Formats: sequence, C-alpha cells, structure tokens
Amino acid sequence: MIAPCRLRAGDLLRLGTAGVRTRPARAVLSGLGVAIGIAAMVAVVGISASSQERLQRRLAALGTNLLTATTVAVPGGPSALPADAAARVRRIPNVLSAATAADLEGVHVYRSAAVDANETGGLVVTAVGLDVPRVVGARLRAGRWLNPATATLPTTVLGATAAQRLGVTRPGGLVWLGGRHTTVVGILSPVPLAPELDVAALVGVPMAREQLGHSGEPTRLYERSTAESVRTVRELIGPSAVPQRPGSVAVSRPSDALAAVDAADEAFTGLLLALGSIALLVGGIGVANTMIIAVIERRREIGLRRAIGATRAHIRRQFLAEALVLSAIGSAAGVALGAAVTAVVASLNGWVLVIPPTVVALGAGATIVVGGLAGLWPAVRAARTPPSTALNG
Amino acid sequence: MSDAVMLDGVARTYGTPPVRALAGIDLTVAAGELVAVVGPSGSGKSTLLNVMGTLDRPSAGRVLIDGVDVAALDDKQLSALRARRIGFVFQSFHLGEGVRALDIVADGLLYTGLPRRRRRERAQAALGRVGLAHRTAHRSHQLSGGERQRVAIARAVVGDPPLLLADEPTGNLDTAAGAGVVALLHELHAGGTTIVVITHDTALAASLPRCVSILDGRVVADSA
Repeated sequence: MIAPCRLRAGDLLRLGTAGVRTRPARAVLSGLGVAIGIAAMVAVVGISASSQERLQRRLAALGTNLLTATTVAVPGGPSALPADAAARVRRIPNVLSAATAADLEGVHVYRSAAVDANETGGLVVTAVGLDVPRVVGARLRAGRWLNPATATLPTTVLGATAAQRLGVTRPGGLVWLGGRHTTVVGILSPVPLAPELDVAALVGVPMAREQLGHSGEPTRLYERSTAESVRTVRELIGPSAVPQRPGSVAVSRPSDALAAVDAADEAFTGLLLALGSIALLVGGIGVANTMIIAVIERRREIGLRRAIGATRAHIRRQFLAEALVLSAIGSAAGVALGAAVTAVVASLNGWVLVIPPTVVALGAGATIVVGGLAGLWPAVRAARTPPSTALNG
Repeated sequence: MSDAVMLDGVARTYGTPPVRALAGIDLTVAAGELVAVVGPSGSGKSTLLNVMGTLDRPSAGRVLIDGVDVAALDDKQLSALRARRIGFVFQSFHLGEGVRALDIVADGLLYTGLPRRRRRERAQAALGRVGLAHRTAHRSHQLSGGERQRVAIARAVVGDPPLLLADEPTGNLDTAAGAGVVALLHELHAGGTTIVVITHDTALAASLPRCVSILDGRVVADSA
C-alpha cells in the first residue's frame, strides 16, 4: 500500500497566498469590493453605536424622570391649569419637584419698538415660576436667573433661540416686550428636555400679572419624580391638578421624544446596513469572479499539481484558501476603513468613539461567509479539472 | 519482479460520436526498461501516456502499475500513486513563472507531506543529479530551454519514482540541449528508473533500447 498524499497546513497557506503574491493588483481590486461593504457596515454600526452612546449619556445627564403636563381642549373643560397646580402636584407621593409656566397670549417680544408688530419671529413670552430652571434642568449661558425682586420688574431671561433671533448676545440690553422696554438679565443654554423654552422670553409671574394682563393660570407644568415612580405619577397628575376634569390634562415625557428621534435614526441605520450588505454581496461576487478567472487561467497548473500527487480535495482547499485570503484582506481593510470613518464622524460631532466588539466578529464572520461562498464553486470547478490537462495544455 | 506498466486491451474513446484515441493496446514495460513510444501527431501517443500515468482512465481494458489495477483505486489512492511512484516530464516544462529552481523542484514533493526544509534538501540533491547544482537560486525565466527541461526532470525524479513518463521532452529544445536531456534520461535509466519517452522524433526513438510505434491508436511495431 502506498502512503497517502498529504498537504501540510503551512503549505496550504503558502498556496492560498500565491495568487495574492503573484498578482497583487488583482487581489487588491477584488478585495476592494469586500472592503467597501465591510467598511460601510462597520461605519454604520459604529456611528450608530457612538451616537447612541451619546444619547445614553445625555439622557443619563438630563434624567428621564421629567414629565410635562398641558391642558387639552375638551368641551366644558378649563382652558388652563389652576394657579396652584404646582403645589397640588407636589403633594403626589414621590414627586421631587414641580413648577409651572404660562405662555402669554397676545404678548410678543421684539428687538426694538421700531420692529413691525407682525414680525414676532415665532417667539413667545412665557411667565415662569422661579423654580422652572431647576425642574427642567436649564442652565444659564450668561447673566443670571430671575429672583423674587426681578420677577416683579420688567426684566426677562431669553431662551437660546430667542436670544439669537433678537440679536442679543449678552445680558444687559433692552428688548421691546409687551409694549415696554424690558431688560435682559440672562440668556439660557438650549434646554433639551423643554425645547419650548428655547424660543421664549421668560418673565416673572408677578410682573406678568401686573403689567402683561396674565391671569395667573399656568398652561404648562413641569414635574420630576423618582425614576421608579414615573409611571404611577404620570397617572396621578391629571386628577391632582384638575380633579373635576382629569381628562383635560395631557402628560408627556420629553425624554421619550429624544429616544424616538433615536429610534428613527435606527430605522435609517437599518437601511444603511442593508446597503452595506448589498455592497458586501457585490464584493463577494467580485471575489468569486476573480477566483473563476484564476481557475481558468491556472488549468495547466492544476493539471500539473494533479500529476505530482494533489488529490481533488487538495486542489479544492487551495482555491478555497485563496478566496478566503482575498476576503480576509478585504474585510481587514474594511474594518480599518470603517473604524476610521467612525472615528472621524465621532470626533466631528464630539461623540465618544464606540466600535462594538460585534463589529470585529462581523468582519471575521463576513470573511468566512463571503470567502467560503465565493470560493466554493470555483474551488469545486478547479478540483474537477482533469489531470490530463497538464499534458494537453 | 513485476512489470512496471502493463496495458491489457486498453481503449480510450472521447465524445459523441466517439473518437477512438486508443483502439486496444497491449503493452508491457518491464521494470528498468527505457522505452520510446513513437508515432505521428494524432496517433494516440499522448493519450497512451495519460492512461499509463493514471492521468486519464481507459474506456476499456486494464491498466496495471506495479501489478496494481488502477481501476480499483479511488482519487486519493491514484494521487498517492502519482506522487510517489510516477514522475512526469512535460513538453512545455510547466515551471511556475518567476519561481526559483530549488522551489520548483521541491514542489515535486509538496503533496508527500514532507516538511519544507526536507523537500528543499532533496531538491538540492535532485538538481545536482541533473547537473544544475549551480542554478538552484535562478528563477525559471533566467534559465535556458535545456536547463528548464532539466529542472522539470529534477522535479519528476526528486521523489525517486520507479517510473518516469516523459512527453516530448526534447520537443521544445534545440539539438544540443535535446541531446543533453537524452543523455540525462540514459543516466537515470542506468540508475534503475523505468522510463517511457513519448516522441515523434524517430531518430531519438531509434537510439533508445526499445521502440514501440503506434498509429491510429494501435501498436504497429515493437522492437522488443
């Protein structure tokens, strides 16, 4: 009995990389398709993970325990919340804080008295309780917040967008508010959980009542509770604030809106992932194409190898190994490229760079799947090459 | 001692309608012989070499290598037979482009599972046997035609196969280089290797100890 043939693993690896070594340009081009596909997927996953990480951190910083209540129009129902709504809500167990605000109808703010009254700039004037910033987590960008004294005077704190539209860059100047000169004492940074404050000029409730005809009834209530009791408290706000018509109060959770934006992003991410996988598929077809050409070109080499003792399995393995090497080069380059794109996007947006470990698994998995699928048929064809080709070629 | 090769009524037909490349060949090559198979193109001599070397299977008849009927062997066993018992020399050399002579020859042992270092040692020795000990580091395109064919012969004999099959080994060579290759075949034969040379060169065929003429897939003359 003759000892059977054997191909060492090291030799198989050398055979598998022979095509890449002798025709590097072709290897790069055929790996490029896989690289682009993997890069697209890595970048999409990485960017989405980085942006999600940012959202998680932002939500963690902002808190998800803020609820906002407004009145909705129901027949015979009140048009506003009762003046003592904040005090009533504070009595609900586990409520940490509550504050109210009232958008003043028919009161507008302008840069100066000379501005046409119709050009309100989409800004509103809102009378706020002094503890509103603390409840919604608003921060001052400049100046100071209202205090019990300034709340009685014609003074205002502008939301970030309002300040921009009124051309106010620092406190101390005057704006034309409700038909009188009003001093800007502070400017807020954008408030992610209460974006309606961004477009508002905020005034104290006493001043609004005395000088702007404010009835004292708030239109909006901000409330924070302990994180575990958000659900329970949400049910109790309506009955507590307006016991006679609890249905006239609508409660929303602003952090949900932020998460919803992210969910929309996720749908987009899914679409991009699908595009990435199409690119990967096309890349795989590129590898398969290269392999088929290689098999046709190397028929004589295959015949010779059969003549010097290669079994069909050895030939199959050689070409499969070559396809795997091609797709491995492609996916390594793709992971690197995708990670680089993610890093650039993350640094441009000021996000934390997050490349999930699943991406590396994705790269490795794609290598095996793409290389295996793309190489299988060419390898089987190569193995079918009759040994007599060596002589006939 | 058993016969190196025995063909018993071997026929080979291709395609539809069937074309007969071999039409019933009975031929026995004893161990240690040096045989020329001569015939014009299309006489079936290449098919005969393919069948003798187990690169092709006969449509009818039996092929025995060292007394073993190859019809009974599967792909693995046939490959083992080719790797260890048969060496091939082809008219068009089949050397890899830009590969060093030493590695070309060492590749003759690739599928025996020997470690690379051992393969190179034996390749070095085989190149010495064909008179190219000084050319080991040269790449295939840096060698002359005669040298290339010697490298191909070294690759065929690096595993010391008892049977060497050569297809037109001098076909692409000038007279001087061809004579060198023939001298080398004689040396190998003197060393005990059974050699079958396929050629259409009747002068070369006549210079070998035994000459088998084939025409239209049949043996028409045998000097043995």
